[in-house]
Amino acid sequence: MARVAILNYIKRPSPVHELTGTTKLIFFMAWSVASMVTFDTRILVCMLVIGAVIFRISRIRIRDISVVLGLAAVFLLLNNIFIYLFTPEYGVDLYESRTVLLSGVGRYTVTAQQLFYHLNVTLKVICVVPVALLFIACTDPSEFAASLARIGVSYRAGYAVSLALRYIPDVQREYTNISQAQQARGIELSGKDKFFTRLKNSVAILLPLVMSSLNRIETVSNAMELRGFGKEKKRTWYTYRSLKRNDWLAIGFAVAILVVDLTVTFWDGSRYYNPFL
Amino acid sequence: MKKLSVKSVVAIGIGAALFFVLGKVAIPSPVPNTNISLQYAVEAVFATLFGPIAGIVIGFIGHTLIDATSYGPWWSWIIASAFVGLVIGLLTMKMNVEEGIDSKKLIRFNVAQIIAHVLAWGLVAPVLDILIYAEPVEKLFAQGLMAAVSNIITTGVVGTLLLLGYAKTVVKKGSLEKED
Amino acid sequence: MAEPIISFKDYGFQYLAQASPTLYHINLDIYPGEKVLIAGASGSGKSTIGSCINGLIPYAYPGESTGSLLVDGKDPAKESIFNLSQIVGTVLQDTDGQFIGLTVGEDIAFALENDCVPQNNMKETVREVAKLVDIDHHLEYAPHELSGGQKQRVSLAGVMVEKVQALLFDEPLANLDPAAGRATIELIDRIQERTGAAAIIIEHRLEDVLWRRVDRIVLMDEGRIVADMPTKDFLTGKMLLEHGIREPLYLTALRYAGVSVTEEMEPQYVGSLQLSESQKETVRGWYRASGGYGEEKKETKVLLDVEHLTFGYTPERTNLRDVSFSVREGEMVSIVGKNGAGKSTLAKLICGFEKPTSGRICLSGRDISGDTIKERAQRIGYVMQNPNQMISKPLIWDEVEMALLASGMSAEERKERVEETLKICGLYPFRKWPVSALSFGQKKRVTIAGILVQRPQMIILDEPTAGQDYHHYTEIMEFLKSLNAQGYTIVMITHDMHLMLEYTPRAIVFCEGELLADTTAAHVLNDPELVERANLKETSLYTLSMACGVENPQEFTKRFIAYEEARRKTEEG
Repeated sequence: MARVAILNYIKRPSPVHELTGTTKLIFFMAWSVASMVTFDTRILVCMLVIGAVIFRISRIRIRDISVVLGLAAVFLLLNNIFIYLFTPEYGVDLYESRTVLLSGVGRYTVTAQQLFYHLNVTLKVICVVPVALLFIACTDPSEFAASLARIGVSYRAGYAVSLALRYIPDVQREYTNISQAQQARGIELSGKDKFFTRLKNSVAILLPLVMSSLNRIETVSNAMELRGFGKEKKRTWYTYRSLKRNDWLAIGFAVAILVVDLTVTFWDGSRYYNPFL
Repeated sequence: MKKLSVKSVVAIGIGAALFFVLGKVAIPSPVPNTNISLQYAVEAVFATLFGPIAGIVIGFIGHTLIDATSYGPWWSWIIASAFVGLVIGLLTMKMNVEEGIDSKKLIRFNVAQIIAHVLAWGLVAPVLDILIYAEPVEKLFAQGLMAAVSNIITTGVVGTLLLLGYAKTVVKKGSLEKED
Repeated sequence: MAEPIISFKDYGFQYLAQASPTLYHINLDIYPGEKVLIAGASGSGKSTIGSCINGLIPYAYPGESTGSLLVDGKDPAKESIFNLSQIVGTVLQDTDGQFIGLTVGEDIAFALENDCVPQNNMKETVREVAKLVDIDHHLEYAPHELSGGQKQRVSLAGVMVEKVQALLFDEPLANLDPAAGRATIELIDRIQERTGAAAIIIEHRLEDVLWRRVDRIVLMDEGRIVADMPTKDFLTGKMLLEHGIREPLYLTALRYAGVSVTEEMEPQYVGSLQLSESQKETVRGWYRASGGYGEEKKETKVLLDVEHLTFGYTPERTNLRDVSFSVREGEMVSIVGKNGAGKSTLAKLICGFEKPTSGRICLSGRDISGDTIKERAQRIGYVMQNPNQMISKPLIWDEVEMALLASGMSAEERKERVEETLKICGLYPFRKWPVSALSFGQKKRVTIAGILVQRPQMIILDEPTAGQDYHHYTEIMEFLKSLNAQGYTIVMITHDMHLMLEYTPRAIVFCEGELLADTTAAHVLNDPELVERANLKETSLYTLSMACGVENPQEFTKRFIAYEEARRKTEEG
């Protein structure tokens, strides 16, 4: 099995990298909420453009994240196809008008409203992609836990995130080793076997993996107890950075976008921007 | 809220790491968002062993990390994943698998996981999808049904076998005799 | 005399889940600044003593205790584990388990963070301590970029940020290559001198620990202290072998030569040993008399042939470069070298888990590059280091039968094959047992049986004895030797220099992805340059033979092993 591409923090000097994890976390969350709430095409396009600009500033290159972009594209394509297959007239109901562009077989016509709906759903996903990717690629994983604590998440839960990031490579290595050893005994996960055989085979890999993970939990929690984790109500952070001017600007900007987003979206009492009426 | 014990914190961290690794090697199925996902079997086992809080956070962190590294977070399904852990954790509380396992406990585990998956993929995920993405109900229902069925089968088979295997390795050594 | 920092008085302990106590009537005082070694076979209770000292008992492992235990004058059961952690710092055996932070700096700071130390002070302390253990140039590194030895130094730094009065090391050598283990022993020595803290080392590998001074040795057996005396008194006695611990090799050699070890000889560690001229002559005399190293094996046909193998996990970095060697039928070979030298990668390429960039692998003259993992597995078996990572069935029979189920054999044939395999592995009486009821050594046998059932010609084992005490080590190795005698070709990846010397005539040495040497095991350890480059460590036999002026240290080692083997045979027969 090839090594799965995971969270890749790409260290490069850029204004985006210099922002604290806290800022990027807030920005990312505000951005997610904004895109989830709105169905206003104008706002979505604006967000997409701003996202692209930030991406430029970050000095992350397209090819650094091409795998992830490819996955996103496949996901979007499939999602759109399924929406269309199930409800080819959905846009017509939503935008309360019907402009047939192409009449196809049976109920499968192409209407401008349906295409516009697809455009909006796609935009909603796409405009989050650059910001989500930047959040992953430009935030030092070491800062995650401290950032979560800073915005009010309990440090215990925050540290669980840090531990997940710490042990993902170890668990992955272990998974690979176990599955290779089992393959040598004729146990395969992928391949031509039937569904239930594959499920049963997966237990041959998962049971040792889970048992050894339970052991690891024991060791790690002992190690943490022995070094005083959880003795105080708070804790300080080695990687903590205080917010600078640019951080406040970025947070302000994110909040502004969210406010504009909410205002424009709900100004006329409808969540949808409807160019057909 | 009660403070998480150190062991729970670690169980969440390692559980989420497992969830992530298994989610990344999922066996693909043609419908988006509905891979045959081994991670739910492991989430169910961890929720049973470490409780509802561990279940909910493992699902949330694990699924967020998977999404964030593939195509940006799809929040409705992330929340549904967390919900699965919560429900299984709640319904299997005080089951004490460490003290051995019998068919009654296995049935309870499976009832819990069926309820959890049906609610999560049949209700929570589609309703959130309608609210957030205004996707058509028919598509969401079909998708949710697919996910619920495949996750119930996966958790039912793999999760049950994992629990059995776990219980067999932790029970005390009995009086075993050699045979010639 | 000062007050003891740790004081057990008629102490006993029984784990909640266990039927009988693990510790009985422990009386033990450890004073500030002392360096104490707690030795004992697996299951002797030595790790339990460690858990009592650092407070994991009763916090993580509840149970019932009798008698009294004071740590710095306080009862650990009444203190919080946090307060105890500021008195006793523990370095655990599992270096990955103890490395909690995402980078070195964070991990060292972990205890300070929990103490709410302000960031400025924290960074300063981290720098200071990192310098002390010589890891200050790696503060930004992630754990997977470090070697086992470096991770251990981080663990040590992580407990030293508190001004602890005692350092507890739980089997510090178990996961390290020989040179890293030696560096650890030297570091413990240095740190202890510098800080004046008491050091308690729990370890059964005396040969390696006694590279530096140890004040006192406490020997445990079946939950009791059977000896507690200054190192030199201890080593002059014959306590070790009676309690399943291997004596350091230099002492064994002296015994064979007929030199009786006395306190005046300062036998604490090989460097301190004082030998008179006549004693040296006795050793030389023994050496000359015990010539004639066992008969050479006949040349057999080549089984495995590796030609110009090159491989890298990523295009930028090659993990193996142009490796060529061959293994003959019926051989028993060691593959040695430091962590990350490419040993495990080589095994993965041979088994087909990874595909080489260039070069080829032949088995009995046939190129197997096109064969799948499963096809190769019929002829080459691979046994992982940790049996728990391989065993996936609760019952022994099912576990051994597993590989056959996928092969399409009839039930009758399978039964016959499994029974035969279980008999070979000495597991037949246990065939209906659950795997969980077995010891580590027996589990190892189960995993080997699970491989042997496919009747491969060759078995590759990754660290077959890591972390095992002398008893289990001998059990596993004698079993492998018997398999070898039955015609199986055996290749072992190992860190254990004595295993290499004792069981494999030939060794292949790797360093940084290249094959450095392919020679006799005895030669490897007597070539200082090779030892240095491959992160190995000469045994104390080498040091002893040099001190005695033996003309050929390599031959000395060979003769020692031949002598030992002959003795074992007479004892058995």
